[in-house]
Amino acid sequence: MVMGEFTQETDLLVIGGGPGGYAAAFRAADLGMDVTMVEADPRPGGVCLFRGCIPSKTLLYATELMHDARRASEMGITFAEPKIDLSRMREWKDKVIDRLAKGLVELTKRRGILFMQGQAALEDSSHARVQNSGSSHIRFKHAIIATGSSTRTLAGAQFKPGGRVMDSTGALDLADIPKRLLVVGGGFVGLEIGSVYASLGSKVVLVEYDGQLMGGIDPDLSKPLLARLEALFESIHFNTGVTSLEEDESGVNVTFSGAIEEKNQRFDRVLAAVGRTPNSQGIGLENTKVKVNEPGFIIVDQQRRTTDEKIFAVGDVTGGAMLAHKAMHEGKVAAEVISGMPSAFDFQAVPAFLYTDPQIAVCGLSEEAAKKRGRNVKVTRFPWSASGRAVSMGVAQGMTKMIIDPGSQRVLGVGIVGREAGEMISEGVLAIEMGALAEDVGLSIHPHPTLSESEEEAAEAFLGSSTHILPQKN
Amino acid sequence: MPVEFKLPDLGEGIHEGEIIEVLVQAGDRVEDGQTVLIVETDKATAEVPSPVTGIVKEVRVKSGQTVRVGEVLIVFLKEGEFEEQTKAPPPKTPEEKRETRLPEGPIAAAPSTRRLARELGIDISQVKPSGPGGRVTPEDVRAFAEGARQAEAEKAPPEAKIPPGPPLEKGGEKKPPEPPEVPALFQFDRAGPVERIPLRSVRRTTAKHVALAWSQIPHVTHMDVADLTELEAFRRKHKQQVVAQGGALSLTVFAMKAAAAALKKFPRFNSSIDMESEEIIIKHYHNIGFAVDTDRGLLVPVIRDVDCKSIFDLAVELKDLAEKTRQGQATKDDMSGGTFTITNVGPMGGTGLCPIINYPEVAILGMAQARLQPKVIGDEKNYEIIPRLMLPLNITFDHRVLDGAEAARFLKVIIETLENPENLLMMS
Repeated sequence: MVMGEFTQETDLLVIGGGPGGYAAAFRAADLGMDVTMVEADPRPGGVCLFRGCIPSKTLLYATELMHDARRASEMGITFAEPKIDLSRMREWKDKVIDRLAKGLVELTKRRGILFMQGQAALEDSSHARVQNSGSSHIRFKHAIIATGSSTRTLAGAQFKPGGRVMDSTGALDLADIPKRLLVVGGGFVGLEIGSVYASLGSKVVLVEYDGQLMGGIDPDLSKPLLARLEALFESIHFNTGVTSLEEDESGVNVTFSGAIEEKNQRFDRVLAAVGRTPNSQGIGLENTKVKVNEPGFIIVDQQRRTTDEKIFAVGDVTGGAMLAHKAMHEGKVAAEVISGMPSAFDFQAVPAFLYTDPQIAVCGLSEEAAKKRGRNVKVTRFPWSASGRAVSMGVAQGMTKMIIDPGSQRVLGVGIVGREAGEMISEGVLAIEMGALAEDVGLSIHPHPTLSESEEEAAEAFLGSSTHILPQKN
Repeated sequence: MPVEFKLPDLGEGIHEGEIIEVLVQAGDRVEDGQTVLIVETDKATAEVPSPVTGIVKEVRVKSGQTVRVGEVLIVFLKEGEFEEQTKAPPPKTPEEKRETRLPEGPIAAAPSTRRLARELGIDISQVKPSGPGGRVTPEDVRAFAEGARQAEAEKAPPEAKIPPGPPLEKGGEKKPPEPPEVPALFQFDRAGPVERIPLRSVRRTTAKHVALAWSQIPHVTHMDVADLTELEAFRRKHKQQVVAQGGALSLTVFAMKAAAAALKKFPRFNSSIDMESEEIIIKHYHNIGFAVDTDRGLLVPVIRDVDCKSIFDLAVELKDLAEKTRQGQATKDDMSGGTFTITNVGPMGGTGLCPIINYPEVAILGMAQARLQPKVIGDEKNYEIIPRLMLPLNITFDHRVLDGAEAARFLKVIIETLENPENLLMMS
């Protein structure tokens, strides 16, 4: 405490203005709390809005349009080859971000939340210091930590602004279209951003340390994607690691280890997408009773309470699936618990969604997980080749599958690969959260012809009443 | 087979208790009858003995935890069995498996239903599902909550269980009036730091019991004073004699005896009212409770058949019972069955009090502090002022059963008895 310094009082201090942080701050303000939100960026939104979900989806949608235009010639409509204007693409992406950020700024103001740009560090269980142009001292009754995560570095390489070894942030800045791009990591970021660059014309080489994509997601779902990516990318190498990166003025020399044949290759740029680490350092956790686990994630309970009674934590910094929608719900739970509501993060199906072409979306129990646990489940698959809508759109290689408890007939999991999978997974989430039976889904009329019918038919396949696929013989 | 030791039915409508102390841990060898737990119920503290000779396999409770009747507290392995047990734990029998509703997986209930359960403070996994595929419906949760609420209500003091009267002549069910809705509390921590202390044990019981009494009984208090000068001299004279017998000749002893005399003369003060059957139930026994301030809170042990006991007997019994109660060793029997209550706040001071009647009794005698007061003897022209030891007394009564005039007469009997101590000795 600096002598004579003024200490600001607040009911709730939210550290971090990403989806977890702002969802918590908004809910808390709506519940009548006096809220202060501290964020390093000038506006709320976090990685998701400025350097993640939103910019990547903006670019992915743009490139999807390009593929669709090409595909249209088969349907009798031929467009000219697309011209790519990178500065216009960047402009469009920035416009999208700016519009959404303005919306969040407005929502923050209208809710009476005090937004402070700066770095917050906890001094103890009820005080924090915010460093910005000046320094502010805050006394809080409760705090929610929502500091998120950062890209893990690769083989000691530094991510310099404008450097040729990029993290997702650098890649989404879209500096140029590299002739040859190395993508390290076959997870969400690698596959999505790799797809953007491949669509824009880069020759993309993807290396993955593991033997499979997406950390071993259901092969029923990853197979169609892998087939597509093998055509889109120059090559994909599993069981391959990067041992060194040497960046020079015109490119990067990379040394590989593992299954890949050519161990030394040169690329114009490299995208490192090998996971994220929690931002739990430098925020003063050591001054509180908050505990972190081995990788540095903050330990919380179902109410999102840390081991320090007054301090809660939500989102990436607490680990688990690092997903914006999960963080938002965690933020709301924390705000509600602080206001005295009996809330808990007891969600049974957190959906995950990969925006590639085809898309993959999953929720609830996977077939693989059921097998590992030795749980008896019934799996049904509805191939999109039997869907009128999918065939008419020329996307018949998709599939909708359902994991069902054979005894109770409850829907336990849903997986979709194909167009609009991300939009459709919500029905599966609702079914699982409601404890719906396959019959409930099968007896709900879905409009024809739509892709969503595939969920009805997958449920009907369990009941033996699917119209467009033959009953399975037992 | 391991012996699952559950919290036994404690009778008297007691459904739960708080674990005060766990005296054993897993692996300990225990003898049959050896105390393994100390449990405090609403009414008393009980030492829980081991049901077997053997070893403790698992302790499922910890101190401070509230446990319900039927809940497994400790799992024991009987002697001779445990060696075998430790070698090869028996596989789960199919029967055990069948008990669980679903083999595994999340509770089948909508998010709104799960939230409802949390709002009602219910563990949803305990709720029996009625929906298809084992789905718990909001109705299931509400029904479960209602069941728990009724169990709570039954836990009200045993005296509340008045023998049922004859059925109502007029047809139709009489529904008890809905309790008034209590508005949500102000968020105190918005005004400054607060601390939340769970309402437990005696405090919780007291809170529920006095709220019930206050909401059911129209209380009226009548006050008077008794001249204790003679009694005090009498008390001093016989004090040592009583001490020699192991008792203590306190004012409460005399008050109790005086109250018994008044109760016999005015039996309606020794009654309960049954609004359901529209009857007054007069009790032909005179069990008087007395308020004891303990570390755990206010407790009211009861002395039975006060009218049949001598001053000396009472002085001994009252001392023992008060001591036992303060040490937390009074049993539930010691604290039930009262027909009338005395509360003596005098040792702590006070010029008068308005106590709450110990429902379902209909009256309570309150005693404040006896002080030397100037007393005027004679008339305005010819008088004398002398110091006398005066005790402010009051009788708080249930106006549904009694009226002010009766209360004044009742209190007068008590005063007269106290003012003529020699008579007290004459009483049995």
